[in-house]
Amino acid sequence: MQLSQGYSILLALLFGLAAGLVGSFALMRRMLLAGDVISHLALPGLGVAFLFKVNPLLGGAATLFLGTLLIWKLQKKTGLATEAMTGVVFAAALALGAVVTPKEDLVDALFGGFPMLSLAGLLFGVMAVAVVIVFIVRSKDRLALSLFSTDLATVSGVNVNRLNLYFLFVFSLTVLIGLQFMGTLLSSALIIMPAAVGRQLTNKFSHFLIVSSTVSVFSVAVGFLANSVVKSPTVSPVIVIVSALLFALSLVIRRKQ
Amino acid sequence: MQGALTTMTTFLSATHLTVAFGTRAVIRDLSFEVHVGDCLAIIGPNGCGKTVLLKALLHLLPYAGEIRWDPAARLGYVPQKFAADQQLPLHVRDLLDAKISFLKLPATEVSSVSVEADLTEELLDTNIGFLSGGQFQKLLIAFAMLGHPNVLLIDEPTASLDELAEERFYELLHQLQVNRGMTIVLVSHDLSVVYRYATTVLCLSKGKPCFGPPREVLTPEALQALYSAPAMYYGHTHDHQKE
Repeated sequence: MQLSQGYSILLALLFGLAAGLVGSFALMRRMLLAGDVISHLALPGLGVAFLFKVNPLLGGAATLFLGTLLIWKLQKKTGLATEAMTGVVFAAALALGAVVTPKEDLVDALFGGFPMLSLAGLLFGVMAVAVVIVFIVRSKDRLALSLFSTDLATVSGVNVNRLNLYFLFVFSLTVLIGLQFMGTLLSSALIIMPAAVGRQLTNKFSHFLIVSSTVSVFSVAVGFLANSVVKSPTVSPVIVIVSALLFALSLVIRRKQ
Repeated sequence: MQGALTTMTTFLSATHLTVAFGTRAVIRDLSFEVHVGDCLAIIGPNGCGKTVLLKALLHLLPYAGEIRWDPAARLGYVPQKFAADQQLPLHVRDLLDAKISFLKLPATEVSSVSVEADLTEELLDTNIGFLSGGQFQKLLIAFAMLGHPNVLLIDEPTASLDELAEERFYELLHQLQVNRGMTIVLVSHDLSVVYRYATTVLCLSKGKPCFGPPREVLTPEALQALYSAPAMYYGHTHDHQKE
């Protein structure tokens, strides 16, 4: 195995950890599907980057964060549910992305690939994962209070509006880390599925965070191993299938409890 | 009894307060003051803006005019019962722990407010989505008490309580007011409770709001005008016969 492959696998595992943590809160905030939509915001940026032969991650990051900001603004202004707002932004982003992305790059943009990471790429990814983990660890109390009641959280001193914005950005950052492996279509799957497994298996807050993260990292590890056997051109569908199987298993375990 | 603790230090003053949703003003040009140790009861028919006023006082809603709290005020809020999301894997203890951790309070605070709000160990380990109305009320009180508030804003506190629990709740409030000198702002439909515990009453209605001690404000005529119907249940008739 080349060093760059090792870097990629290491970053993918770290992405799994971040996705599991962020996904737990996204599930509790009932914004998992909105998150699925957020990941598609990267597509127009990726398309433009492919078109001009610049680093696709830069393009993806630009539209992802702009879109996130737009969703937050729209949400504040109209008072409509996050889901409705993201739906509008998503449809526009996907259509725009499909138009501007060169045909030969569209599959990579949608499903990801197996990037040969440089040490700098790995370090950038590690830093991004650290930002996500530090945010969740530092904000978990505030997030829990706002999940219970935004009014009570506000009276307790939590700036709920700012917290919502930060959470959306951390969500987008997580999607961005996973973009190279998972593509725009599947990078949010690792945020959604392990959290759904975690919720099936535990009723306790702290256990929920641990189980979701473990399932997520496990899915990535088993996905890479399985892909070395099935040799699919992209690893993301294999990882998502592993996580779907774990979800099915969690349903069986839940029924037996 | 209620007036014993009241000093004339102004704790809260609302001046020309207006709260509107779009073009519809729910509270219009309202001014009043609350003093340290007061128990202010906000009464009025459904839809007159009692909850809206409470939320404006907590800065949870935008308003015009001025709301000025004493800089030393530490607010505790007990909202109306709401449906907690049953999907949340949060136990009562998780929630109280989250608040003390956020406010950087000692961990022992949870046990002291639990005793005060009568939260048993079993309740502390119950998921918040599975609490009964009365149990949820205890959680809300314990949650509000964390952080040593010196003013409690309480919205329809006994809507989901049985009579005994209601009596205990008001006794607890009264103890807090007497022993800790806590200031209380209370939205209530229960006029006999208002008469027993409030030092001041604020009546909200479509007409001119009234403000003053219960004996002056809660007359049968005023209540009839406020609710557009005769007051069906009203204790202490001997008191206003004197007036």
